[in-house]
Parts: sequence; structure tokens; C-alpha cells
Amino acid sequence: MTIIDPTDAIPAPRSGDAEKTGPLLEVRDLHVEFQTREGLVKAVNGVNYSVDSGETLAVLGESGSGKSVTAQAIMGILDMPPARIPQGEILFHGRDMLKMSGEERRKLRGARIAMIFQDALSSLNPVLSVGYQLGEMFRVHQGLSRKEAKVKAIELMDRVKIPAAAARVNDYPHQFSGGMRQRIMIAMALALEPDLIIADEPTTALDVTVQAQVMDLLAELQREYQMGLILITHDLGVVADVADKIAVMYAGRIVETAPVHELYKRPAHPYTRGLLDSIPRLDQKGQDLYAIKGLPPNLLKVPSGCAFNPRCEKAQDICRTELPPLVPVTERDGTELPGRASACHFWKETIHG
Amino acid sequence: MGRYVVRRLLQVIPVVIGVTFIIFCLVFALPGDPIQALAGDKRADPNIAAILRDHYHLNEPLYQQYWHYISGVFTGDLGETYNGRAISDIVSQRFPVTLKLGLTSFAVEAVIGILAGILSALKRGKFLDNVVLVATLVLISIPVFVLGSVFQLEFGMNMKITPISGIEKGWPQSYILPAVVLASTSMAYIARLVRSSLTESIRADYVRTAIAKGLPRRRVIGLHAMRNSLIPVVTFLGFDLGALMGGAIITERVFNMPGIGGQLAQSVYLRERPVVVGLVTLLVLIYLVANLLVDLMYAVLDPRIRYE
Amino acid sequence: MSEKTIERPTTDEAALAKEIEAEEKAAARQASLLKDGWADLRKRPMFLVTAFVIVCLLALAIAPSLFTSRSPFSDGFCQLQNSMNGPSSGHLFGFDVQGCDIYTRTVYGTRNSIVVGVVTTIATTLIGGLLGMLAGLVGGWLDALLSRITEVFSALPLIIGGLLIMSIWRTGDVWSVSFIMAILGWPQVFRIMRGEVISNKYNDYVMAARALGAGSGRIAFRHILPNTLAPVIVITTMNLGVYIAAEAALSYLGIGIQYPNISWGLMISDAQDRFLTSPHALLFPAGALSLTVLAFIMLGDVVRDAFDPKMR
Repeated sequence: MTIIDPTDAIPAPRSGDAEKTGPLLEVRDLHVEFQTREGLVKAVNGVNYSVDSGETLAVLGESGSGKSVTAQAIMGILDMPPARIPQGEILFHGRDMLKMSGEERRKLRGARIAMIFQDALSSLNPVLSVGYQLGEMFRVHQGLSRKEAKVKAIELMDRVKIPAAAARVNDYPHQFSGGMRQRIMIAMALALEPDLIIADEPTTALDVTVQAQVMDLLAELQREYQMGLILITHDLGVVADVADKIAVMYAGRIVETAPVHELYKRPAHPYTRGLLDSIPRLDQKGQDLYAIKGLPPNLLKVPSGCAFNPRCEKAQDICRTELPPLVPVTERDGTELPGRASACHFWKETIHG
Repeated sequence: MGRYVVRRLLQVIPVVIGVTFIIFCLVFALPGDPIQALAGDKRADPNIAAILRDHYHLNEPLYQQYWHYISGVFTGDLGETYNGRAISDIVSQRFPVTLKLGLTSFAVEAVIGILAGILSALKRGKFLDNVVLVATLVLISIPVFVLGSVFQLEFGMNMKITPISGIEKGWPQSYILPAVVLASTSMAYIARLVRSSLTESIRADYVRTAIAKGLPRRRVIGLHAMRNSLIPVVTFLGFDLGALMGGAIITERVFNMPGIGGQLAQSVYLRERPVVVGLVTLLVLIYLVANLLVDLMYAVLDPRIRYE
Repeated sequence: MSEKTIERPTTDEAALAKEIEAEEKAAARQASLLKDGWADLRKRPMFLVTAFVIVCLLALAIAPSLFTSRSPFSDGFCQLQNSMNGPSSGHLFGFDVQGCDIYTRTVYGTRNSIVVGVVTTIATTLIGGLLGMLAGLVGGWLDALLSRITEVFSALPLIIGGLLIMSIWRTGDVWSVSFIMAILGWPQVFRIMRGEVISNKYNDYVMAARALGAGSGRIAFRHILPNTLAPVIVITTMNLGVYIAAEAALSYLGIGIQYPNISWGLMISDAQDRFLTSPHALLFPAGALSLTVLAFIMLGDVVRDAFDPKMR
């Protein structure tokens, strides 16, 4: 194993503002498609978003919306084939990762961009101790010895508040509770203090009581290390306290972006509105809960025009024929609303009406 | 871990008692007079027959006979032939040949089988994968004794690479051809098993995690995926030991090797009942011990078993 | 999912009827899985090829006289002056040591191989399947007892156990060979059956059926059994080839099928001593044996691919 100094790979400094070359991560017009037996599945169709150091972007969407595929494309862990990236750029510190060699990308993975997966039980190797799996990060990326790596692993487990870390470092994943396992996943992502962490539904598999603890821990660590965080979720409740901005995805496209509190107050896309209305609320006790009608689209046969049109209560003829572009959202008087955009022909009616 | 080992050891005791009892019943409790059988077509001399019966405890009740047999087995006494030669004597003379053949064969099937399986899994659907699949099908369908004969003809007779039969050239020359033949079927099964289990674990979530950690591909496959894929392979290797010993009986006959298997086949042919029983008991005990070792190894490989 | 189904109040008759209907649909799902497997199977070219070979073998086994004008049991079938003569016109496979026509004997040997394979497979499936089902369904001491007995029997490997038993009961006909292999082979089916029954016993829809008051007989036959069928079918098909090969091995060692019965293993054994000088006497029966085993192993392969979605 060659010893790699991770700082060699990337020219830009960690968090310096002196020679800032743009945001930490910028995804530009990303397309991902899968060749399957049934045909070509266009999972991601021109996604744009960016994250800065210390910023949290929440990507919201149902399963099949392309949110996880985008994340996997950023990580470079898509199976290619069957996956293919026909166009787009993923700029990390200003450099397009899609143009890097496989080896260059490997050195970034884990070290500068790390990922937290949904199901910690299946995502941790069942036959290796957690200490080994944590220490592996230091051994592979920094060339530490087994012993040094174990010390670091214990430190990390302390860091994510696992009780009796030194005693449990040799335990195996199945010996931990669900919440503790997810902490270990977080510790693993955190190990080399990456610039960016992608958390793919990090709390979905957990009990509700544990969810908040894990989310708080993640947010706390992110603030402390000033990392960029992409939080992928389908749960609007998780997002509210943690995220700075939100991108809502539907059928492989971003349909709305907004700073988090504005989105909750005034959604500019019927799909977002539907999602918000389907959250149970105490003040509506006794009323029927709203649900978006219909099913998520079949990616083999995405409806023409706006992909959401068959499920949309406000759909007009134009929605069935013309694909709405993602346009900036303004106040009624034309004042710009920073960071806000919507891909709906009738965004004005939706936000102001 | 300690508790697992103890529990596993305790479990093996009733099996040993049960299987020795079955062997015993099958052989000694059957109708027919072994002493008369010894005399062949002539009528046995009643006096000598009485002495022999006494010597072999044939007049005692069944459970006492079983006791003589089982206590003998555990003190290393596998009985003696009807003409007075100790079976343990035969074993010590012939066992090294079988052991060498068995271990060589075990190594061949494990190494080649696992390598072929890995190759096949990594090149799934490609030319090499199909070559391995066809080769395994052929190896599984050709019986050991046919393959042995064909190899003798090709490598021994025509190409003169190896001796045709016997063990005069010693290890490894005289052993390599029989070992490959003996290993062939299991090798094919192992290759297929590794292929399917590795294919499965390459798709597993923890392998995706390993890639996301930025580990080099060799480490992802060789450590994270392989470590999990080996668990079913080890189980198979354990069960396979029984087939390997059965195969050794045939292989030793084909290649005319003076091992336990050859002796067993010969004794069956000559109807030397005590020898058959002694040797079968020995092979079954070896099989059980080997299975025990495999189970312990299984626990080393899979922590989920260990801490059950 | 199960808890919801159980806790849902089923106050009126109509609701109960609906529940039962849903429960039967769940049971039917497995039946349709079998149907799907069969539909999938028919579409595989590999299945058609192996099925064709097996139909040919069955024809040979059922009516060998259609394929050769000679009979191996007639007087004067073997002429010593022909001993070890090579293939010639009229005698495509040549002659063996006794001067018997190898082609005719190979054709007539098919029946014994197939019969041993089929009978042993059916017997192991019946013994192992019934005992496994019993152990899994009843559980408790019966399960413990049957499992211990199975462990004892699996400690006797097929060839070694066969050697031991047949060295004593040297009968040498097809039925006793099948019987003895079945005695040694059933534990494998037992283990699979028991495991399947136990894992299905705690399946959500079985729990649901139980909560709705379905009787234990109904649960066993409508819900648990259909689910165990696919793995048992797979292992049964794969075993056909294995037992045919095992019979040949035992006969080769001189303890399987004996004269005057014809067995490929026995023919190969007889030809072995002279193999290096006249290989034809060994190669033709060996070829027939290998082809038969191959056909059944491949059948097992395609059946597994079609019926066991996990293996795909």
C-alpha cells in the first residue's frame, strides 16, 4: 500500500477564503442514466446544486426522484455500467471530478468527501470489528500502523459519544444497537475530517427517539469541523432544524430550491406544497390528512411536459406539453428572493395565490 | 467463543456414540456366522470355532460386544483381522499414503477452486466466466474413476509426465495426478460456490461502503467481499471431506495406491468384515473431527456465530 | 405488517371474509411462484436441450429393444473369440473381455442407472421430506430427536456408508442399491425441509392466518407446505445426477449392482485392467454415464435458476 498524503491530491485549501474558487461542491447539469433490460432509465436529468463549507443542503424527494443517484455520482460509487453519465460536471474545489482518473477519485473518497449510508447494519461489514473498519481509514489513507489506527478509532468512537469506546472497539457491528451503529457510520465518515459529507437518509432506519439524537450529533460535528453537508431525505421533519437550504427533486430534476424557512412558509411548487400539507399537524386534529394523489412516475415512461402533471391539482394544458424550466422566484413586486427558484409554469400562483 | 467450542464438543459425543452403534449393529448384529464364513465352504472345526467365538466375544450379549468394540476404538484398538493381525497395525502402515493423497487433493481443490471462482465472479458474463462454467460442468459429470483412467492414459502413458500408478516415485510425483483426479469434482463445486457467493457479496451494502471509504479495489474485493464469501466455502469444505474420503477409496484403486481406501476396497472384496468395520470407524471418526474443526474455523470467520 | 393484520378489528362477517380472502391470496402467491418458475423454465434453451437428452435417455431405459436388435440376455450374446475386439461395422462400440457387444450392453445399462437415480431420489425426498416436515411442524422433543438421528446418519458419507452396508448385504440388484443410498441420503432433504418449514412457520402471513383462527392442518397444507416446494424441487432435481454417479461408483467398487444385472459402473470396472491397451471398452460406457450425469446436473442447474430467485 502506498502512503498517500491527501493534501497532495487537491490544490485548493481546506477552508481558506484567500483563493476561493467558488463553492466547495458544485453540480452542473448532471445527467445519469441506467441501461436496464426494460430500457434506458433516465434517473437524473440535469441537476444543478452547490454546497459551501459549513453549509447544509437538504435534498428532498421520494424514492426514485434521483436524489440518491446524484449523491452516488458525486461519490463516484455508481456501478458503471449499467450506469452512465452522458453529460454534466461535478466541481469539487473548482475541479471537475468526472474528468479525474479512477485513482485520483479513490484518494478523494473517504478522505475529502465521505458518505453516511441509510442502513448501518448492512453497510458495515459483519465480519470485521468496528475498530478495524474505522482504523482502516487511517491505515489506507494515511499509512498508519495497526496500533496507531486503533488508538485513532477509539478517539473517533469517543467523539461520536459511544460509551466505553475502548472496551467496545473490538466488537462487531451486530453487537451494537441501531443508534450506536449509525454513530459508527458517522465516525467513519468523519475519520479524516473531510470537507464534505453526504448523508443518505441517515436516520430513516432508526427509532424516532434515536433519530433526533443522531441528527443533533451530525449537526454539531458539522458545525465544529465547518464541513459541507448534503442531507438526503424524504422526511421534511428532519430537515427543518438542520438544513440551510433545500433542493426538492422530482423524477430526476430539481423542481424547487429555497432557503429552509422560506420553503416552509411559502412553497413555490405544487409538489412541495403537497409534501408540506401531508405532514400531520396538531392544529389540524380531527381533519383528514392530505396526501398527494397518484404514484411516483415510472422512470421508463416519464410523463411529457412537467413530470408532476398527472398528480398536480393545478395542471393546465401547458403542463402536459411544455417542460417548465427552473426559474428564479421573485416577490409580487419583482424583488429578488435570493436562493429561490421553481420549475413550475404557475409558480406565481403557487407562491402568491 | 469458549462456550461455543464447549457446546460444539458436547454435541459431537452423541453423534459418535450413535454412528459407532449403527456401524456395530450393521456388522455384528447381523445374522450369519462370521467364523463359518472364515472357514469358507468347508465345515469349521467345532473346537477351533468355539475358541475363536470366545476370543471375539461372539457369545456375549450384544451390548457387551458393543462395549468391547467402543472401548477398543477409544483406546486406539480397532480390533484385529480374523487371522490375528491388529487393524491399527494396517492403519499405521497405510494411513500416511491416504493422508498425503488427501491433503494434496484438499490443497488442489481449495486453491484452484477458489481462484477459478474468483476469476469467474469478477469476469461475470465474459468469456473466461463461461470457460469456468463449462469446465465445472464437465468435471462434475465425469466420474472420478473415468477421469482417473483417462488421465493415466494421457499424462502417464502418452505424455509420460507422471507415473501411471503406484507410489514408487514418492511425493509429489506419484501423488499429483491422483490428487488432481480426486479433487476434480469438489474443485468444480467450490469454483461455482465461490462464484455465486462472491457475486452476491460484491453487490452487498458493505462493499459499497468500502468503495466509498476510498479503499483500493484489491482491498475491497480481497478483504471485504472475500472474507464474507469464504464462509459458505468453508462449510462446503467441511462436508466435502466425507466425499473426499469416499473418493480416495476409488482413486486409490484406480491408481493402485497402498492406502486406507485401497485396503478398504480390497477387504470388502475379500469379505474381511473386521477390517472393513475398523477402517470405516476410523474414517467416520476422522470425518467427524474434521467437521468439528471446520465448525470452529467457521466461528473464527463469522463473529455472528461466535457470540450467539 | 403482521401486527397490523392481526390487530385490525374484524367485527363483522364481511370483513372476516375479506381477511380470509387476502390470506388465501398470500398462499396462492407461492403457487404462482411455482407457475412462474415453470413458465420461466420453458423459455430457457438450456432446459429444452437437457429435456431432449433426458427424453432420449428415458426412451432407452423404457424400451432398449427399440435401439438394438440384440439382447444381452440371449444365448450366444457373448462370444469369447471376440474378446476386446475394437469397434467395427455392426458393433459400433466393439466388444468387452467376455466378447459381449458393448453397444447393446450400454443401451441396456441405461435402465438401471435411471431407475436407481429416480428411485433413490424419490425415496430420499419422501423420507427426508416427511420427517423434516414433521420435525419442523411439531418441534419440541420430536424435532430434537429427529435432528440428532439425522446428525448420526449424516456422519456416514455416501460411499463409505454404502461400502460398509453393501459389503455385508451383498444383494446386487437395483432396488437394494437404491434402498441403501436412500438410507444414507435422506438427511440432506430433511435439513432443507425442516429449515424451510421453520422459517415459514414464523412468516407474517402464517402468523396472520393463525390469528384469524385457521386450523393447524390448514396452515400446514395451505400455507407452509406450498412454500417449501421450490427448494425441495431444486434439490431433488440436482440429486438425480448425483445418485446416478454414486451408483456407478459403488458398482465400480464391486459392491453396487452385480452380475447378471448390467451397470455402466460395473462395465467400466471390468474394462479398467485393460484400459491402457484397449480403451474403447471403458470409454463407451463412461461416455454414456457422463452424458447422463451431465444432463441431470444441467437440468438441476436450470431448475434452480428458474425456481430459486435468490440464486439468479
